[in-house]
Amino acid sequence: MLDDFFTRALVTGIGVAIVAGPLGCFIVWRRLAYFGDSLSHAALLGVAFGVLADIHLTLAVLVVCIGVSLFLLLLQRRSNISSDALLGIFSHGALALGLVALALTSWVRFDLMGLLFGDILAVTRTDILFTYVGGAIILGILILIWRPLFAATVNPELAEAEGMNPMRSNVIFTLLTASVIALSIKIIGAVLITALLIIPAATARRFAGTPESMAVIASLIGLLSVTGGLYGSLQWDTPSGPSIVVACVVLFAISQSPLGRLLSAERRKASSGTADERAPR
Amino acid sequence: MTDNALIRLNNVGMERGGRWLVRGVTFDIMPAQIVTLIGPNGSGKSTTAKMAIGVSTPSEGEAKRRSDLRIGYVPQKLNIDWTFPLTVERFIHLTGRIDKTAVEEALAMTGVAHLRNNQINNLSGGEFQRVLLAHAIARRPNLLVLDEPVQGVDFNGEMELYDLIVEIRDKLNCGVLLISHDLHLVMASTDLVVCLNGHVCCQGTPMVVAESPEYHELFGARATGLVRYQHQHDHTHLPDGRVLHQDGSITDHCHPDDGHHNHDHNAQAEGKSHVG
Repeated sequence: MLDDFFTRALVTGIGVAIVAGPLGCFIVWRRLAYFGDSLSHAALLGVAFGVLADIHLTLAVLVVCIGVSLFLLLLQRRSNISSDALLGIFSHGALALGLVALALTSWVRFDLMGLLFGDILAVTRTDILFTYVGGAIILGILILIWRPLFAATVNPELAEAEGMNPMRSNVIFTLLTASVIALSIKIIGAVLITALLIIPAATARRFAGTPESMAVIASLIGLLSVTGGLYGSLQWDTPSGPSIVVACVVLFAISQSPLGRLLSAERRKASSGTADERAPR
Repeated sequence: MTDNALIRLNNVGMERGGRWLVRGVTFDIMPAQIVTLIGPNGSGKSTTAKMAIGVSTPSEGEAKRRSDLRIGYVPQKLNIDWTFPLTVERFIHLTGRIDKTAVEEALAMTGVAHLRNNQINNLSGGEFQRVLLAHAIARRPNLLVLDEPVQGVDFNGEMELYDLIVEIRDKLNCGVLLISHDLHLVMASTDLVVCLNGHVCCQGTPMVVAESPEYHELFGARATGLVRYQHQHDHTHLPDGRVLHQDGSITDHCHPDDGHHNHDHNAQAEGKSHVG
């Protein structure tokens, strides 16, 4: 079944979407969309590095993304430049540098469009293995640090005063984000990865009553978007990344429309509130 | 007896980038005792509180905490925007799973039991503050730490909150560390007031003036929750940052061990003015 390029892309994409959902929630909660952008643009540098060092591209991207994320964390703590400006400089700097570096590795024939916007044809069996093994590890670690990370997201002072270690959760979370970006570059491309992280999460908000349910719903919405986007990409011969993001945006628009309100958490709560009180405790 | 202290600060200080944020702070927090830290902005209240509860390590001196210290923390402000799906009940469990009876009790004691399934971002300011308190006490702490809890709360709200804190203290038998920016009025049940301005300016028990007629006229019957704290300073902070000492000398900085301070506050004349 995995012989078919489209099935391979679909299986990988679904794996990425499931992992991206919960992490995306944290990116939305912590307002890190720009941070995600910087990391995903740095992924291009990773590709150039992988070509130069002749190692597996996903691995190269992972190494570079992790390095860059730690560097950014350090810079944000030390620097006097506002973190907004810093990320702006870094994000576009990394994108430009990556493109220049790729142009210099002229002995390799590159599908630049594929790198920037995703290429479903490029997904191999190794990528599937990487995605699922890596994804399981990422989700496992996220579940382990879920409570301290969420507490630190709501209020670092409170978490710290009550015996947690927000800095450690922060670093681990940043590493996980870097890893997800490395996993998703082939499917969705360097430019649009952040969209797959934040749009399903923002869409899920409407339907969720607790942080945990928001994470699960975000995964499901990501899964729908990837499936819809990839079929659209196949149907109309469009690049896979933008197609998936368009599907994300359509779902988001539906969630914000009156149709979405029918399913929203507030409405459900209002109708189930009375049932709750009747139920024996 | 001091072995029983929840927190014991002995001459602690914090240095950042070559500057002392606060220095020479010594006080104990005993079980079931209410300690109020007061001082102007930038006087080192938060830094001192952080060293006390172990969030930061002092650059000098010693901060000792009882091994079973369990802190319930009420932060100064908490921005929970629309992206957080967070019910009151989930918020109570924020830093750890809490057993059901403790949750029920905390919600009942703070009077927000009816809000348990509400989203945090739909609460009013007063409700939200009670939920913050409910979270802190559901952990059954032996030390409750509140960072400027009455900021932006009206007078009646302030009185109610102080009553509630005393009620919680009596019920849980926990120590209370309260950070306040109000230099003159402190909670009536405060056992110890520590006035900071880069160092301990003075410390002592608040003076009970609630009986005085002017006071009653001003605040009415509800005023029993507050008392005036009489500062007894042996020095004045001048606007340019220098320090005017009681003996008339002026120094650039203020250190507890520079010989200008008389630490026997009882021997001091009353009514020294306090300039920021």
